[in-house]
Amino acid sequence: MTQSHSFTQTSPARPARFRLDREGWISLSLLLILAVGASVAYLAGENFFVNLASRMVIIALAGVGLNLALGFGGMVSFGHAAYFGLGGYVAGIGAFHAFDMTPALGIPFLPNGSDQMIPLWLTAIALCGLLAYGIGRLSLGTSGVYFIMITLAFAQMIYYFAISWPTYGGEDGLPIYIRNQLWGLNTNNSLVFFFLCFGLLLAALSFCHRLLGSRFGAALTMARLNPVRLATSGVEPRPIKLVAFVISGMITGLAGALFADLNGFVGTSMLDWHRSGEIMVIVILGGVGRLYGPVAGAMLFVAMEFWLGGLTEYWQFFLGLVLLAVVLFARGGVFGLLAGRSRHE
Amino acid sequence: MTLSLLFEQLLNGLQLGTMLFLMASGLTLVFGVMGLINLAHGSFYMTGAFVTAWVTGTTGNFWVGLLAGTLAAAAVGALVEFAVIRRLYHRDHLDQVLATFALILIFSEGTRWLYGSSPLWLNVPDSLAGSVTLPFGVEYPLYRLAIIGMGILIAIGLYLLISRTRLGMRIRAGENDREMIGALGVDISTLYTLVFALGAGLAGLAGATIGALQSVQVGMGEPVLILAFVVIVIGGIGSIKGALVGALLVGVVDTLGRVLLPDVFKLFMEASAASGVGAAIASMLIYILMAIILIFKPNGLFAVKH
Repeated sequence: MTQSHSFTQTSPARPARFRLDREGWISLSLLLILAVGASVAYLAGENFFVNLASRMVIIALAGVGLNLALGFGGMVSFGHAAYFGLGGYVAGIGAFHAFDMTPALGIPFLPNGSDQMIPLWLTAIALCGLLAYGIGRLSLGTSGVYFIMITLAFAQMIYYFAISWPTYGGEDGLPIYIRNQLWGLNTNNSLVFFFLCFGLLLAALSFCHRLLGSRFGAALTMARLNPVRLATSGVEPRPIKLVAFVISGMITGLAGALFADLNGFVGTSMLDWHRSGEIMVIVILGGVGRLYGPVAGAMLFVAMEFWLGGLTEYWQFFLGLVLLAVVLFARGGVFGLLAGRSRHE
Repeated sequence: MTLSLLFEQLLNGLQLGTMLFLMASGLTLVFGVMGLINLAHGSFYMTGAFVTAWVTGTTGNFWVGLLAGTLAAAAVGALVEFAVIRRLYHRDHLDQVLATFALILIFSEGTRWLYGSSPLWLNVPDSLAGSVTLPFGVEYPLYRLAIIGMGILIAIGLYLLISRTRLGMRIRAGENDREMIGALGVDISTLYTLVFALGAGLAGLAGATIGALQSVQVGMGEPVLILAFVVIVIGGIGSIKGALVGALLVGVVDTLGRVLLPDVFKLFMEASAASGVGAAIASMLIYILMAIILIFKPNGLFAVKH
């Protein structure tokens, strides 16, 4: 398994070597800690900790999505809560109509709602892709601060829409009474659900790994580093960035669908701009532009949330201090500390 | 829909617009001069409101509270600039976003720690408590009218400050060429602190005045902050004139949209559905406005050339 270092090399087609560098070892250990930790907790009857691990995995998946746009494409999107929330609402609304046996969105010629995970996931991915395409089309004409503020504003638009749309709970949100189903699996079992999420995280990671190692990945890296040079070599940077942005939104949307199922609830808090900030924080905590950065970031974030949240009601105060310290003094995040200099420095 | 109701809503829109201008002018100044994107600007708004409510509650005098709130926000702004922000000028926007996001968490939770979760109350001062009769037979609250007047005065004051004073000259010079005015012997870090404190003070003033209309609570600055972002994106980041035009545009469009759209939809939909759809679309209206303006003017209405 080669790691994200190889993506920045001039020869992305270098054959994969099964020799791990330090970053590779850390990545592998993180995944092992998650899988073994969740299994041990399950055997010990501690469902709470299994769900905590599921939470880490799902938030990591959302971060993997954002990292594709932010870390590898250089697009600082401050609106990924829009995709996270939309994915969540797809799961919630599908289950809502399946429960009521009514057509999706109440529109007669649409098929009935579904409580099957596969069609819900596919719908979430497709809708998030469409939304990201629309937002990306409008936002990618700008850059820098404009891009940050515009993505934030569009996410906020979706947020206010969800609040003022009464059918699906508005401000109160929408409960999912029965966790959505997948073939013969017992998705209500916490460990089964964990490994479902874990499998999707691995799939997303390996997809991103392959994508970034491809010609497309090389073009995306160049679009971030030097768009003019990319254009002079005959590749238009903007469509490349747009495709990356759309895929990024899709992955985050899938995470949203899982998150709604984990909590048995979807509400506007999933669309809140704090959520966009949180997903971004996870990417930074782990290390920007490292493929496994969001995994480290999510584990650290959820662990802090749990540990600090147990100590004090005001845990976000300390989260703010930690985050400030990371930004000011430890710019490479977890991977920067453990695996050496980030290539961003 | 009568003419008087329309007029009243137009005034409400102007009042929202002037308040947004106070927020947006600080944001856009800080971006124009220092190139910094500051998410924590809403925290100064909150600081202004809390200190005003607290001092007014202690002294019983709204004006003392207002002064204290504005000055406290400016002082906190200067302190934050000195401790954190000045380390961020040379960083990329991502670092600035994250550090100021961290500041929001610290400010919001810190305020909750100090004051608790329940909102504070701040009343409109007695001298401005009544209402006045305006043309079209509109009974309009004096306090809201005073906010509009204050906004106009501050817009004029800012214009004079920037175009007529030595400080304003330095601010304009700072926008054009930072290195050069530093080389010419202007103490650039003091200038930055001053500009940042000025922006924070304006945000604090906005929070303090609005605190008397709404409740003073943790997180009150955030919706306003995002509206202010929309304002400066529409107006052109770095342009005070753009901030003014954008603020009034957003204020009026948002207010009138919420009143008019449900009625518009009632023309071709049944009443209950129309009010739901109308409210949902109205809440998105300013973002749609922003999107349309960006299609034609990607750098805002009054783009600043750097």
